[in-house]
Amino acid sequence: MNMLKIENLHARVEGKEILKGLSLSVNAGEVHAIMGPNGAGKSTLGNVLSGRDGYEVTAGTVTYNGIDLLALEPEARAAAGVFLAFQYPVEIPGVNNTYFLRAAFNAQRKARGEKEFDSMQFLKLVREKLKVMQISDELLHRAVNEGFSGGEKKRNEIFQMAVLEPQLAILDETDSGLDIDALKHVADGVNALRSPERAFLMITHYQRLLDYVVPDFVHVLADGRIVESGDKSLALKLEEHGYAGLGEGVAA
Amino acid sequence: MNSSMINERSATTTLRDNAEVAEALGRSYAAGFVTEIEMTGLPPGLDEETVRQISAIKREPAWMTEWRLEAYRHWLTMPKPDWAKLNIDPIDYQAISYYAAPKAGPKSLAEVDPALLETYEKLGIPLHERAALAGVAVDAVFDSVSVGTTFRKQLAEAGVLFCSMSEAIREYPDIVRKYLGSVVPTGDNFFAALNSAVFSDGSFVFIPKGVRCPMELSTYFRINAQNTGQFERTLIVAEEGAHVSYLEGCTAPKRDENQLHAAVVELVALEKAQIKYSTVQNWYPGDENGVGGIYNFVTKRGDCRGDDSKISWTQVETGSAITWKYPSVVLRGDRSVGEFYSVALTHHFQQADTGTKMIHLGKYTKSKIVSKGISAGRSSNSYRGLVKMEKGAEGARNYTQCDSLLIGKKCGAHTFPYMEVKNPTAIVEHEATTSKISDDQMFYCRSRGISEEDAVSMIVDGFCKQVFRELPMEFAVEAKKLLEVSLEGAVG
Repeated sequence: MNMLKIENLHARVEGKEILKGLSLSVNAGEVHAIMGPNGAGKSTLGNVLSGRDGYEVTAGTVTYNGIDLLALEPEARAAAGVFLAFQYPVEIPGVNNTYFLRAAFNAQRKARGEKEFDSMQFLKLVREKLKVMQISDELLHRAVNEGFSGGEKKRNEIFQMAVLEPQLAILDETDSGLDIDALKHVADGVNALRSPERAFLMITHYQRLLDYVVPDFVHVLADGRIVESGDKSLALKLEEHGYAGLGEGVAA
Repeated sequence: MNSSMINERSATTTLRDNAEVAEALGRSYAAGFVTEIEMTGLPPGLDEETVRQISAIKREPAWMTEWRLEAYRHWLTMPKPDWAKLNIDPIDYQAISYYAAPKAGPKSLAEVDPALLETYEKLGIPLHERAALAGVAVDAVFDSVSVGTTFRKQLAEAGVLFCSMSEAIREYPDIVRKYLGSVVPTGDNFFAALNSAVFSDGSFVFIPKGVRCPMELSTYFRINAQNTGQFERTLIVAEEGAHVSYLEGCTAPKRDENQLHAAVVELVALEKAQIKYSTVQNWYPGDENGVGGIYNFVTKRGDCRGDDSKISWTQVETGSAITWKYPSVVLRGDRSVGEFYSVALTHHFQQADTGTKMIHLGKYTKSKIVSKGISAGRSSNSYRGLVKMEKGAEGARNYTQCDSLLIGKKCGAHTFPYMEVKNPTAIVEHEATTSKISDDQMFYCRSRGISEEDAVSMIVDGFCKQVFRELPMEFAVEAKKLLEVSLEGAVG
């Protein structure tokens, strides 16, 4: 059974059809890169999968571990192991980063019928993850994303992912706006979290992230559909020739 | 050269596009029960005879009766107040009863009616000293009378006087006479005049020279009787170098009629004295259709009478149908400091018009204002504040920060900062923001597994952090819980 199976997915935003029959299968342990030009529907895919309001699914199905993912509220999807690393992480002034993460962690555990962690247990877990992610604990004491640099915000997303240990991680343009050092840090974090039980969907505009996080599959998303799939070499081909040539051959 | 500036700004913002946060609010008010107890009191109505009767019931000296009558006569001449930004039906002052008390009069703490003890127990304020909050002395005021004050003996050993105002008038007349009305004169405003005429009880605190009060002092106000107004009067005096931290809490039963609460609080800080006054106000706010609730019209003022003194107001206002209060500080002494930290939350049809006045008279005086307004439902929440730099306020400084947070589509937030600067060396700073809980914030929280309701409380708590930090620890926890309860059903 596929961990994630998307079939003929159609979705609208503000009445405009963005996804037009997207199909994709992802197995545990795999890293899939979704590439494509601006406006192809890359971010829409991430938002539909994690249940953001304002995205109307008009046709198609999404099955996650055998259940209908689209029927779940966003928080239930999170508890079921779906994680979205935001392209633009949101600031929550005055709310401590660690407090926020513990609330999320315990809400998910509670929803799964698992025992919640007390603050000591949680702190221990956080310390371990910090070490793996090579993140300074100074980030923990600040308010959620408030006053963070672009790079810090993205690293904080990856750190949240490390703590929440999702089964399916969707990275929405996590590489955008990062300089090369920050990009390497983020890539190291993602690589550290690769495991046979976990799948990644990396949405990206550029192939440079893929130099550091080598995907098993590369898909080209154009005009709301997957128009070509291949391995890492497809990304290099795109880098050379751009999206223009690819989209045309398949579109309409 | 004198410069004068008056600045009024109104920022009305409504929310239209927050799909995550519905306007329907189902609030549960845990303190809304009624205590069945035999009461005694005066029939509704107000004239000179009513004032004399209240004074007689309290066995007051003649000077006090005269003081009340003078206030009453002055009140008769005063015009009804201009309602600022509030919508309010005219109040019938003859329909209110001005005195209500449990029939078994005040006794020692050990003999207090069990029904009363139970009431306070239910409200989380145990009056038995062994069960009481560690390190907090409580004066409990039920309708028009104080029913008991804890830890009096321990406080007396430190030289601190903490008792009901009625007792203070009888037992410490010299102190009361010296300070009562010295900060808020009887004719100060319509409600202060009314209060001066008919006030029934409240707390009295006196910290002598050089004493740091060994525990937190607090008063718990409870309105129980129907058709009754509560007119409490509180006086806190800190002599030279004295320190005190005081907290008041307020609740009332759920009733369909509006009830009037018109209090006067006076603080006096002499040289190098410090008074910290915190309020957690949770009067019954009315139901989701705007029926019932307390009218909370309060005059609170502190006088930094001595040099290097400090008065700090912290308030968390979640209750009342209408709140109208501006805890103020008169910065008379040189280098004195005034602070005002406020969280005001309104829901349903609640209205709040609250803020502060900082009157700078002395040299190098400093004031700081941090106001956080949260509006939900169809409520209206206004900050109204005055910063006045008088001629002598050489080198004085003020910093004001007003932030508004909107939840839902039909609420309003307004900011009215007034500034009058008559000394060119004075510096006044003002910052204001209006924000809403955004769809992005909600989705971010939910995508991490946090429910909508928990996300709202978390965001609101973060918004209020700057003010909660100023509350004594035990009450910061209570205030946070209160906001959570108040926000129940804020999202749908």
